[in-house]
Amino acid sequence: MQWNSVGEFFAMGGYGLYVWGSFGVCAAAMVIEPLLVSKRNRDILSSLRRERLADEIESQQS
Amino acid sequence: MNNKIINWFKFASPQSFYPLAGRMIPWFWALTAIFTVAGLWISFFVAPTDAQQGEGYRIIFIHVPASWMSMFIYLVLAFWAGLGLALNTRLSGMMAQALAPTGALMAFLSLWTGAFWGKPMWGTWWVWDARLTSELILFFLYIGFIALQAAIDDPRRADKAGAILALVGAVNIPIIYFSVKWWNTLHQGSSVNLAKSSMAQTMLWGMLLMALAFWMYAIAVALTRARAIILERERHTEWIKEVVR
Repeated sequence: MQWNSVGEFFAMGGYGLYVWGSFGVCAAAMVIEPLLVSKRNRDILSSLRRERLADEIESQQS
Repeated sequence: MNNKIINWFKFASPQSFYPLAGRMIPWFWALTAIFTVAGLWISFFVAPTDAQQGEGYRIIFIHVPASWMSMFIYLVLAFWAGLGLALNTRLSGMMAQALAPTGALMAFLSLWTGAFWGKPMWGTWWVWDARLTSELILFFLYIGFIALQAAIDDPRRADKAGAILALVGAVNIPIIYFSVKWWNTLHQGSSVNLAKSSMAQTMLWGMLLMALAFWMYAIAVALTRARAIILERERHTEWIKEVVR
């Protein structure tokens, strides 16, 4: 291992901005994308459930 | 023999693919986690400091996987699009649509990490170099595919139009890949060579593990999105009513 301290690790030999700017954006994107996709999944599922509920109420009334 | 053919086509229907994808997704997330932890560990704690680029070279561990995936996802997208045109299967168009945003993200990350690597090493965020420009075109192709499909109301027609765009755009992939050979570019040649690699063994391992992590991630996200698309598009069919029961 080439790091003697935590500070040295985050400094990345003077390239901290570039290394963490790359890894940070990458990590953020790969956290946000799955969250957006699972929200899309939840939205369509709840919409389908509401539709089914509406159908049931309708069939009970007739 | 006949049975085998039928079994393959069975999974080509959204109805049987939906639960299958649901069972596979957790496994791909698990693999993503394993490869990410192993890959990051090698990237930051095992791989040595580069003789020329110091610690700045560590961007390679995400730059190369993102670039590979941006090209690979496009080829898979074009494959599904072509299959959809040829066989007129419903699932093909949904798969192509599910892959596009993740591919666009990979192309974006490739350009972003490339800029953050280019600035300290070349002294510029961007140059109109053949490799960089063709990767930018790939990003625009993804955006164009998504926008074209979104602009057409009828999903089956949107699939067809998108498929033609995807297939024509596939010509860009070999251009990206060979750009560093065909033109004199500022971008360095390929880092991985089957005959002899210019990199230290541990650097190569870190890169391959990160590439696997990106790959598993892309599959997990694309399958999840495919399930959402299936629900959206098949919402008026009988089997969907069973899913939400």
